[in-house]
Amino acid sequence: MALLKVDDIHVYYGSIHAVKGVSFEVNEGEIVTLIGANGAGKSTVLNTISGLLHPRTGSVRFMDQDLKGIAPHKVVEKGLAQVPEGRRVFLQMTVEENLEMGAYTQPKSTIVPGIADVYKRFPRLEERRRQVAGTLSGGEQQMLAMGRALMSRPKLLMLDEPSMGLAPILVEQIFDIIKELHAAGTTILLVEQNAQAALSVADRAYVLETGRISLSGTGAELMASGQVRKAYLGG
Amino acid sequence: MSFLNNVITGISLGSIYAIIALGYTMVYGIAKMLNFAHGDVIMVGAYMAFFAMGRFELPAIAGVLLAVVVCTALGIVIERLAYKPLRQAPSLAVLITAIGVSYFLQNGAQILWGAATKTFTPIVNGTLVLVPEQLSISYVAILSVVCCIVVMIGLTLFTTRTKMGKTMRACSEDKAAAQLMGINVDATISMTFAIGSALAAIAGVLMCSAYPVLSPTTGSMPGIRAFTAAVFGGIGSIPGALLGGILLGIIETFGKAYISTDLSDAVVFAVLIIVLLVKPAGLMGKYVPEKV
Ligand SMILES: Nc1ncnc2c1ncn2[C@@H]1O[C@H](COP(=O)(O)OP(=O)(O)OP(=O)(O)O)[C@@H](O)[C@H]1O
Ligand SMILES: [Mg+2]
Repeated sequence: MALLKVDDIHVYYGSIHAVKGVSFEVNEGEIVTLIGANGAGKSTVLNTISGLLHPRTGSVRFMDQDLKGIAPHKVVEKGLAQVPEGRRVFLQMTVEENLEMGAYTQPKSTIVPGIADVYKRFPRLEERRRQVAGTLSGGEQQMLAMGRALMSRPKLLMLDEPSMGLAPILVEQIFDIIKELHAAGTTILLVEQNAQAALSVADRAYVLETGRISLSGTGAELMASGQVRKAYLGG
Repeated sequence: MSFLNNVITGISLGSIYAIIALGYTMVYGIAKMLNFAHGDVIMVGAYMAFFAMGRFELPAIAGVLLAVVVCTALGIVIERLAYKPLRQAPSLAVLITAIGVSYFLQNGAQILWGAATKTFTPIVNGTLVLVPEQLSISYVAILSVVCCIVVMIGLTLFTTRTKMGKTMRACSEDKAAAQLMGINVDATISMTFAIGSALAAIAGVLMCSAYPVLSPTTGSMPGIRAFTAAVFGGIGSIPGALLGGILLGIIETFGKAYISTDLSDAVVFAVLIIVLLVKPAGLMGKYVPEKV
C-alpha cells in the first residue's frame, strides 16, 4: 500500500496554472525523487501535500486518508514533515529552540531524547546549540532544518532542494545523511534540481516539466535515459 | 528639583506608554499589521474599571481584573471578526479596517456610556514625599513603573522560556515554516492579541489613575503616542517598546515643562522623525526591507 498517493492534482496561484495533473506515489521505505528545472512546480507539489496550498482538483492521500481540508499544522501531526526550500530555519532563535519548535506536535517527554538523536546525527549542531540559527553557515542551516523536521518523528520526510547553494563537499555530506536516514527506516520524498545526486540515491524517480510529469522510472532507469541525460545531466 | 520631578513624571508616563507600545509591537511582530484600535481597547478597559469601582464600589483589584478580562476577550473578538478574514489582503485594506474598528469602539462607547467626560477614581491615592515641598512621587507613578518592570520581565521570560512564547517568536519570523512545524498560526496570533489587549487594560487603568478623566476618546492620544514609541524603539522589538516608551514619556514631559505645553506633541514627533532619518528601523529595530 502506498504511504503517499498524489492523484491528478491541479494547483493554481490565482490564474497561474502551476501544477497540471500530477500523480505519483511513495511507498513505505522508499526514497522517491522528483526532479525538474526551475519553475517546474516541484515546490508547489510539496506545499500542496503539506496543506499550505490547496489543489483545485485531484487528491492527496496519506496513509489511506484524504488530506483534503486538513490544516497544515494537522498534517504534521499525521507524520508528514517538510524541510522547505531555502531551509527556512528560525534565524533569530537558537539551534536548540529551532529543534524544540520541530517537536511542537510531540509530547514533552520526547524532546530531550529527540534532541540527543539529532545531535548524534549532526554533531556540528551540538557545538552550536546556544547560537542563533542566523549565525550558522548554509550547510549547518540545512542540517538544522533536517534535524528540526526529524524532531516530529515523521513517517514521511519531504526535502525540497536540500543541496541548493551548498559546496560540492557539503552536497555529498547531505546526500550521505539522506542515505543514512533512509537506512534507518525513514521514507523520503526528495525534490532536487541536482538530478545526478538525486537519481543516484533514489529507488524511483519522476521528472516534472512545466507542471506535468514527463517521465518516471527507477533511479537507474532515468539515469540511463537519453532524454534525462540531455536535459538534466549535461549530456 | 523641578528637573528631578520632571524626570520622575516622564519615566512614569513613559512606563504607561511602554506597556501600551508592547501591544502594538507584539501584534505587529506576528500579524505584520498596525492595530490602530489598540488605543481604544485602553479606553474600554478604563470604563470597565470605572464602572466596577465607581458604580458597583468593588475594590480596585476587582476593577483591574474586570478590565483585563473584558479587554482580553475584546482583543480576541476584534482579531477574529475584523482582521482574520483579511489575512491575505493588502496591508492598506487591513490598516483601513483597523481605523474603522477604532471608530467603532469610540462610537460604541459613546452610545453605551455617553459622550460626557467622567471622573475616574484612581486605584491608588496619595504621594510619597521625598523632600518636603520640593520632591515627591505619586503612588500611581510608582505603581506604573513597577507594573512596567513586572510586565517586561514577565514577557521576557514568557518569550524565552515557555513553549507558547517560543511559538510566538517562531510565527513572528516565518509563518509558513511555523505551520510546517505543526504550529497553529491562527491560534498563536489570537493569543498575541489577547496578551496585547490585557496589557492595554492595565495601561488604561494606570493612565486614568494618573490623569483621571475618562471619555470615549481617552484612548486615542495615548494610543498614538505609544504607537510612536513603538516605532521609535523599533517596531516588533520588545525591548525597543520599553526604551521608546520611556524616552517618549521623558521627551513629552520635558517638552511641556521647558518648551511649551501646546508644542509637546510637535516636539515628540520632531524627535521621532530625526531618529527615523538616522535609524530607519528605530532605535532597537532590525532593518528588513519590505518584501513584496
Ligand atoms: N506565490 C506564487 N505566485 C504566483 N506564481 C507562483 C508562486 N509560486 C510559484 N509560482 C509559479 O508556479 C510555478 C511553479 O513554481 P515552483 O516554485 O513550484 O517551482 P519549482 O519547481 O519548485 O522551482 P525551483 O526549482 O526554482 O524551486 C512557477 O512558474 C512559478 O513562477
Ligand atoms: Mg522550488
